[in-house]
Amino acid sequence: MPDVAVHHETVVPQAQQDITDGGPDMVQFVDGEGTRLERTPANTPYADIVEALTPEDGRSMYRDLVLVRRLDAEGHALQRQGELGLWPSLLGQEAAQVGAGRAMRSQDFAFPGYREHGVAWCRGIEPEQLLALFRGVDNGGWSPSELNYHLYTIVIGNQMLHATGYAMGMQRDGVVGTGDEERDAAVMAFTGDGGTAQGDFNESLVFAGVANAPLVIFVQNNQWAISEPNYKQFRVPPYQRAQGFGFPGIRVDGNDVLAVYAVTKAALDNARSGQGPTLIEAFTYRLGAHTTSDDPTKYRSAAEVDIWREKDPIKRMRGFLSQKGYADDAFYASVDREADELAVRVRTACQNMPEPSQERMFDEIYVDPHPVVEREKAQFLEYQAGFETEGAR
Amino acid sequence: MAAQKMTLAKGINAGLRAAMEADPKVLLMGEDVGKLGGVFRITEGLQKDFGEDRVVDTPLAESGIVGTAIGLAMRGYRPVVEIQFDGFIYPAFDQIVSQLAKMHARSRGALRLPIVIRVPFGGGIGAVEHHSESNEAYFAHTAGLRVVACSDPADAYWMIQQAISSDDPVMFYEPKRRYHERAEVDLDPQSGSRLGLHDARVVRDGTQLTLLAYGPTVKTCLQVADAAAQEGISLQVVDLRSLSPLDTETIDRAVKSTGRAIVVHEASTFLGLGSEIAAHIQQECFHHLEAPVLRVGGYNIPYPPSRFEEEFLPGLDRILEAVDRSLAY
Ligand SMILES: Cc1ncc(C[n+]2csc(CCOP(=O)(O)OP(=O)(O)O)c2C)c(N)n1
Repeated sequence: MPDVAVHHETVVPQAQQDITDGGPDMVQFVDGEGTRLERTPANTPYADIVEALTPEDGRSMYRDLVLVRRLDAEGHALQRQGELGLWPSLLGQEAAQVGAGRAMRSQDFAFPGYREHGVAWCRGIEPEQLLALFRGVDNGGWSPSELNYHLYTIVIGNQMLHATGYAMGMQRDGVVGTGDEERDAAVMAFTGDGGTAQGDFNESLVFAGVANAPLVIFVQNNQWAISEPNYKQFRVPPYQRAQGFGFPGIRVDGNDVLAVYAVTKAALDNARSGQGPTLIEAFTYRLGAHTTSDDPTKYRSAAEVDIWREKDPIKRMRGFLSQKGYADDAFYASVDREADELAVRVRTACQNMPEPSQERMFDEIYVDPHPVVEREKAQFLEYQAGFETEGAR
Repeated sequence: MAAQKMTLAKGINAGLRAAMEADPKVLLMGEDVGKLGGVFRITEGLQKDFGEDRVVDTPLAESGIVGTAIGLAMRGYRPVVEIQFDGFIYPAFDQIVSQLAKMHARSRGALRLPIVIRVPFGGGIGAVEHHSESNEAYFAHTAGLRVVACSDPADAYWMIQQAISSDDPVMFYEPKRRYHERAEVDLDPQSGSRLGLHDARVVRDGTQLTLLAYGPTVKTCLQVADAAAQEGISLQVVDLRSLSPLDTETIDRAVKSTGRAIVVHEASTFLGLGSEIAAHIQQECFHHLEAPVLRVGGYNIPYPPSRFEEEFLPGLDRILEAVDRSLAY
C-alpha cells in the first residue's frame, strides 16, 4: 500500500485502497493456481461462454499467451542491444490482450494504443511489423484496413474517438444488428488506466453513448501510468464510470484469459447486435517497466510486483489446462519450441529490416500534389546529388 | 437559373447542398447544425432534406467532433465539420494537428481523411471574446493540412465543393463578417473556366502596388483600391484564397508587375501568414522590388473587446497609410 501524505479530512479514494484485489464485482473464472472457480454473481452471466470452450480452445489460448510473451521479450532484448529505440513491454498483460483479441471477429476493427502487441498478434499482424515504429524506420508498420487493426497511437486518448467515429460509420453502413453473423461488426478501442483521464477518452464515452455505437472500450488497468498510480488518475474505477455515460461497465480479472475472453465476447456480441457500447476494465498489472526508458524502482515497491507475479496469467492457464487434463508436458514443450523459433524469426527480421530511402520522408504527406512539399523534395534530392558529384566531403 | 444573386452564407449552403446531393457519403457534423441550421444558419434546411444521419447534431465537444469525424472518414465517409466559432477550435487542435494532418503519412498513404473543417473566422461583428479570432496560421504551419479562405459568395459556392471533393483534409475559413454580403453566383457546373482550390486570383488590376489579402480583408482592400484611385493611385488586389499551399506563381507575377507589395490580414502580424509571404517575396522577387514588403494586420495582442475592434482590424486608413509608406521609397 503506497504511503501517501493526505490531509486528514481527505477521503481516501476507493481506487487507492488495494491495487492487488479487484473486489467482488470482478469477473473471474480461475484462481491464481488455475483452479476453476464456482459461479459467482459476477461471473454467472458469462459462464456459458466459458463452458462452451473446447480443450483445443484452451490449448490455443495458452499458445497465444506464451508466444506473445516471447515476442515481447524479444522486443525488449532488441532494444537493449540497440536494435530498437524503444520498446513498451506488455509483460503481465498477455491474458488481457489475448482474451480481448481472440473475442474479435475478422470484420471487427481494433484501435490500439502502443502496447497492444498481443491484440496485434490475434489480428494476424506479422510480429516483425510491430518493430518498424520502434526501430524508427516508419511511423506505422502495417496497413490498418488489411487486418482491421489501426496503427499504434502515441498521443494518449486520440484513438478512442477514431474508434467511436468508425463505429458510428458501421452503424450508418448497416452492418450492425442485421442478425447476420458474418456481417454484423463492432469496434474495440484500447487504452490504459492513465488514458481514462484524457478528454478524448471521456468524449468518446459521450459520443458512443449518445449514438449507441457498436463500441467496446477496453481499459487495461495495469495500475500505473508511467510513475503515477490509479489514485492520481481517478476517484472511482473506470468500470464504474460507464454507467454515468449510459451503458454498462464490467470489471474483469485481466490475468484470467478465460474471463477476459468471455466478457469481451459478450460485449462484442451486444455491440454487433445493436445493443450499444460496453466499457470493460481489465484489472491487471504491468510487471515490467513502462517502457525501456523507464525505471520503476523509483516509484513502486518490489513487494507489490511480487504479489502480482503470483497472479501470472500464463502460470494460471497452464495450471488450468493441467488440472483439467487438457494438456501434457509434450504440449508445453512444443509451445516453448515454437516460441524459440518465433524469437529467432523476429530478431532476424529486425536486423534485416531495410533502411528506408531518405527521400521517402517527403512522400504521402498529401494525396493531391502540394507544391511546397514537391519543391522541398526536389531541393533535397539536388542537395544530396551534389555530394555524389563532388565526392566525399 | 444559371446565375443567382445570393449572400455568402447562402453560397456556402448551396455548395453544401450540391456536395451532399452529389455524394451520399458527405456528412455534416457540428453543434446546432441540424434544426437550427448552425448559429450562422449556414446549414439551414439541410437536415430537413437529408435527415439526421447526414446532418448530425453532435455533443458539445470539439475534440470529439473532429476525432469521430476521423473515424467516420476511415470508414469511407466525407465529414464536413462545423466549428461554431474560430475561438472554439482549440479543444480540437490536438486531433487536427496530431491525427488529421498526419494520418495519411503515418499510414504511408493507406488512409485518406477527406474531412473539411469549416471555421467562421475573423472579427468585425461586435462579438464577445473568443468569437473574432484568426487562427489560420496555426494550421497553415502544420504539414498535411490544406488551408483555404473564401471571400465572396461565388467563390464560396465552388470552393466548398472543391474542398469536400479533395481527398486531403481541408481547413475551410469563412469570413463571418461577410456572410451577409450578396453577389451574383454562377451555379452552372458547365460554365466558364473555374479556379482551382489552390489558385490565387487578381481581383482588381493595378500598376503601382499589390495588396495581398484573403477572407474578410479582400473586400477591405478593394475599398482601399477604390479610395486610392480617387487620388490617382493604381492598386492591384490579389485574393490569395489558398493559405496552404500558397499560389506563389500568382503572387510572384503580381508583385513583379508592380514592384511593391503589402500583405493585409486580421491575424496578429507576428508570425502571421504575412511573415511567410513577405519572406517569400523577398527571396523570389528581390530584384523587382521598389520597396520592402509591408504588413498590415491585427496588433500582437489578444483580440480586443469589440469597442476597440475598429482600431484593431486593418481598415482603410491603416492600409492607405502603408500604401503611402511603400510609395515613398
Ligand atoms: C497526450 C499524452 N500525454 C503524455 C504522454 C506521455 N505518456 C506516454 S505513456 C503515458 C502513461 C500512460 O499510462 P496508461 O494510460 O495507464 O497506459 P499504460 O502505459 O500503463 O499502458 C504517458 C504519460 C502521451 N503519450 N500522450
